[in-house]
Amino acid sequence: MKKRWLLTMLTFLLAAATALAGCGKSEQTGGGKTEEAEKQTTLVYGRGGDSVGLDPATVTDGESFKVTKNIFDTLLDYNDGDTSIQPALAEKWEVSPDGLTYTFTLRKGVKFHDGTDFNAEAVVFNFERWANGNADTFPYYGSMFGGYKNDEGHVIKEVKALDEHTVQFVLKRPQAPFLKNLAMVPFAIASPEAIKKYGDKFGENPVGTGPFVFKEWKRNERIVLEKNKEYWLEGHPKLDKLIFVSIPDNSARLNALLKGEIDIMEDLNPSDLAQVEGNKDFQVFKRPSMNVGYVGLTVTRGPLGNKLVRQALNHAVDKQAIIDAFYAGQAQPAKNPLPPSIPGYNDAIQDYPYDLEKAKQLLAEAGYPNGFEMELWAMPVPRPYMPDGQKVAEALQASFAKIGVKAKIVTYEWATYLDKVAKGEADAFLLGWTGDNGDADNFLYALLDKDSIGSNNYTYYANDELHNILIEAQTVSDENKRNELYKKAQEIIKEDAPWIPLVHSTPLLAGKANIEGFNPHPTGTDKFTKVQFK
Amino acid sequence: MFSYTIKRLLTVIPVLLGMSLVVFFMIRAIPGNPAQVILGQKATKEAVEALTHKLGLDQPWYVQYIKYLGGLLKGDLGESLRTGVAVSQEIWPYLAATLELSLAAMFIAVVIGVNAGIISAWFQNSWFDYVAMVLALVGVSMPIFWLGLMEQWIFAINLDWFPTSGREDVRNPIEAITHLYVIDTLMQGNTDQFVQTLQHLVLPSVALATIPMAIIARMTRSSMLEVMKSDYIRTARAKGLSMFWVVYKHSLKNAIIPVLTVIGLQMGLLLGGAILTETIFSWPGIGRYIYEAIGYRDYPVIQSGILIVAMIFIFINLIVDLLYAAIDPRIKYN
Repeated sequence: MKKRWLLTMLTFLLAAATALAGCGKSEQTGGGKTEEAEKQTTLVYGRGGDSVGLDPATVTDGESFKVTKNIFDTLLDYNDGDTSIQPALAEKWEVSPDGLTYTFTLRKGVKFHDGTDFNAEAVVFNFERWANGNADTFPYYGSMFGGYKNDEGHVIKEVKALDEHTVQFVLKRPQAPFLKNLAMVPFAIASPEAIKKYGDKFGENPVGTGPFVFKEWKRNERIVLEKNKEYWLEGHPKLDKLIFVSIPDNSARLNALLKGEIDIMEDLNPSDLAQVEGNKDFQVFKRPSMNVGYVGLTVTRGPLGNKLVRQALNHAVDKQAIIDAFYAGQAQPAKNPLPPSIPGYNDAIQDYPYDLEKAKQLLAEAGYPNGFEMELWAMPVPRPYMPDGQKVAEALQASFAKIGVKAKIVTYEWATYLDKVAKGEADAFLLGWTGDNGDADNFLYALLDKDSIGSNNYTYYANDELHNILIEAQTVSDENKRNELYKKAQEIIKEDAPWIPLVHSTPLLAGKANIEGFNPHPTGTDKFTKVQFK
Repeated sequence: MFSYTIKRLLTVIPVLLGMSLVVFFMIRAIPGNPAQVILGQKATKEAVEALTHKLGLDQPWYVQYIKYLGGLLKGDLGESLRTGVAVSQEIWPYLAATLELSLAAMFIAVVIGVNAGIISAWFQNSWFDYVAMVLALVGVSMPIFWLGLMEQWIFAINLDWFPTSGREDVRNPIEAITHLYVIDTLMQGNTDQFVQTLQHLVLPSVALATIPMAIIARMTRSSMLEVMKSDYIRTARAKGLSMFWVVYKHSLKNAIIPVLTVIGLQMGLLLGGAILTETIFSWPGIGRYIYEAIGYRDYPVIQSGILIVAMIFIFINLIVDLLYAAIDPRIKYN
């Protein structure tokens, strides 16, 4: 009696389960077919987070720029593989010999997505809008152009429309990276009519001249863009639809790619590289490196105030071993704070070799023959330049132990971590940086100048000689002279050793094998104009 | 019963007030300035100061709290610092996503959990009992992250039965009316999308159901075992009633009260604590909404989000208490 009941019930459960799975399977195959037909023109791009806003001038996060790059155009753009300049909305430009006047000839016949004309007045309108703002409304404008309208440091004296298609910038003093700055995503030209129409809500209703038109935004889920049929680049874009979806977990995002739910994924874990490389249906995309991952040594804290101690720690790290273990070899050891692809990189500098004896000797010289104790902060979130902060910290801990330095690994939730590090509360800490515009200033001044203490100079390192060089380099327009200054700056930094530069990593993306024309850009924001399916 | 309900609802007010105060201070105790987090690592000092001022975060705490409370009384949950959208307007789609997921998970957990518990008790010490209880133990201790990824790997990629993540196919999106997609697709009479919605629900709800299912199964089993030893069960059997009747009618009705309590508590936990499942399956629910808000120090979203989850939790428990009386005539609320 008992047994019969049990058997009946189990049989029933089994039957129900089989029915559900069977139903699921047939439906899924059906769904797969329609996807196959659409696949040629709709691309789904899977990423870790959502955008903050879609008015590029008002935001600072990469997730927003990735989308706005495709809705808007800038006057100039970066070349496909690097950060040299090419024409975009401006077809050509002239620079006066004193480096103070830039005259741009604009592309004719370009229209904003709302049908209004793109012209010199629109450019003036956009620059006026930013210059009349403040650090809160247009954060990037102030940091790239030295402030706002009435600020003394503001570089741009005047922007004027000479005629319908000619616009002139007059500067107060030369700014070497001026053209590179203009190519940055935040300085995209938006439709003046749309800005007037939407006001504060422009960030949810972006209107530009770019290859794709904004269609829909479902927060934390997806942003949908559609082809701009009137795009100025003949025959482009190739795709009809571009969809950005947020899938926070890297492994889950890879699963979605393998299943075919998305077409490209970013932030492939280096440990998953082999899985994609071995699969003929998929390809790996490598983003040229424009980043640095480093150990900051806060110079205001205990023994780390001593230059010899910092040099000793530099000698104690085996960078290649770390790269092999945690980056699947997809990185190169860093000896300078900026990556080699950036003009002004000093390749003549010799890195501190991995040499434990030398390290011990330096420690002894500094008065710590038996080492010391310190905290080592591990980044709690994965970043392309630091895929696993905890593991890298453990490897460093083991290295430091060999020269008698006992490092205690500490970590905090990300916002807390940054807040505390910025306040100088960490001894040694892991952090990194991805460049914005491919200029040396964007690394050296932003991360190591004394002016940047409290913002991005987390080590509190201050050197007046370095400061003078970096300030001079900002105003010199002769490229060679400028590069010499940056090379000198790197020598000073190497000697003072406020960091242990660890790696310049190659961020990995993966996508379907039949995708063409997708060349990940070093800045981390990609234009999908030329991307298509075979 | 009516006056009891009113009384219970009134006690909710001080609870929520206390809750709002605790949350208000706790989130301000964590280091990290929302303005800095919103503007990002690359923002200048001036930008951060300007935004701090604009957001009113430079005012004394009591001014901020009184303002917040004043807003709450008027039904204003505040505006998200990050998106600038009113929380009351922003929160529903997330809440709907979580409701749909938790209800599906709870359905699975209750149907399988209660029945497994009953059968285990009925056939105590049989192989089914052993297997079920071992599975329940495994279920309670299963890391959801791992389980979720395994589910995706097996059932989505290799067997190709279900989608890996999300609530819908982005290439064939659902038009939201109520944001409960099961209902929306039914209202639109779109069978394809209805099936699609159910398929998207399967893997995350099974992952989410694992722990409550195991707890419910164990609770049902022990409660049933106790009841089945009572005299009236023996009497019922002696009367010649079939075992099925005795188990599912006489025993279950008396054994279900503690199980109901567990179900109520678990439902509350699912609503607020589905963050891991929501992350793995990129389910745009309330757990992730609040979790991300914590990352951004988006105070109004954290405060109001937690408050709403707490309210639902309290409400579910009230319903459970009222159900006791409906099931057991000996319980009366007067």
